[in-house]
Amino acid sequence: MGWIRNTFHKMGSPRWFFAGSRRWMIGLYLVGAALVLVGSTWGLGFVPPERYQGDSFRILFVHVPAVSLAQTIYVAIAVAGLVFLVWRMKMADMLIAAAAPVGLAVTAAALATGIVWGMPTWGKGWVWDARTVSTLLLLLLFFGLVALRQAIARPEPAARAVALLAVVGVVNIPVIKYSVEWFSTLHQPASITLGEQPAIAVVFLWPLGLNALGYYCFVAGAVIAALRVCILEREADARWVRDWLDRGVRGPLPKVREG
Amino acid sequence: MTDFLAMGGHGVYVWSAYGLSLVALAAIGAWPLVAMRTLVRRLQRRREDER
Repeated sequence: MGWIRNTFHKMGSPRWFFAGSRRWMIGLYLVGAALVLVGSTWGLGFVPPERYQGDSFRILFVHVPAVSLAQTIYVAIAVAGLVFLVWRMKMADMLIAAAAPVGLAVTAAALATGIVWGMPTWGKGWVWDARTVSTLLLLLLFFGLVALRQAIARPEPAARAVALLAVVGVVNIPVIKYSVEWFSTLHQPASITLGEQPAIAVVFLWPLGLNALGYYCFVAGAVIAALRVCILEREADARWVRDWLDRGVRGPLPKVREG
Repeated sequence: MTDFLAMGGHGVYVWSAYGLSLVALAAIGAWPLVAMRTLVRRLQRRREDER
């Protein structure tokens, strides 16, 4: 337990995060890109067409990871919002600022691929059902998180308002998840649930799993990269940033004292 | 090859969905790197003015 608390405390230090995160960012970018490349090639060229949907089901290898990731990003933002409201942790607010535009883009990709999949499969791209509407609401929530911060001039009240919106908006996540069970929707229920036998053929699990893992890694890399930008922006006047700039932004950052 | 591109008649949908996803991922990945570059340049210029 000690190391968890220790890491949590260190995570609160923008300088510590900035110093250690570059290699994580690069690693996640590379691993993520490689996994998506392999997963997509596999999904496009090396699995047979599905019985009912034909080849358009291959879209699900990029749709499902985006949908899952969009919801995960939102939950992470909501947790950060709670942490910020309770402990006033600056890094939590910066995480929201970094992740919200990324979440917006991922949700847009999820909706766009869903529409393109719906055209041949449902006969129309967009249907107004509980799953699609709650996912559209997720897009609006991400947009709200970005817009609200820009709408409030002073950073501190802006951060509090954004954190509050993030926490309140999390009620939409179970709505998305259970929308296909609570309501009668055209969108089918999940085919893969943790701890249950998947309802899709095993050959399809490989490209889906690789793409999902790849999306998570790559986008985690992007969130870290965006967080580094936020940190540098807000700490621009700090001593360690000046030192770092004076060393031509290359030298190692000064070690942060333990404890 | 033509069969592969045709995707059983669903080629337009499959390829546009993968294209969209690729563009989205590329934008998500590149945007913070570009922002970092711009910010570092700005801070460097400001630092030079200070000295």
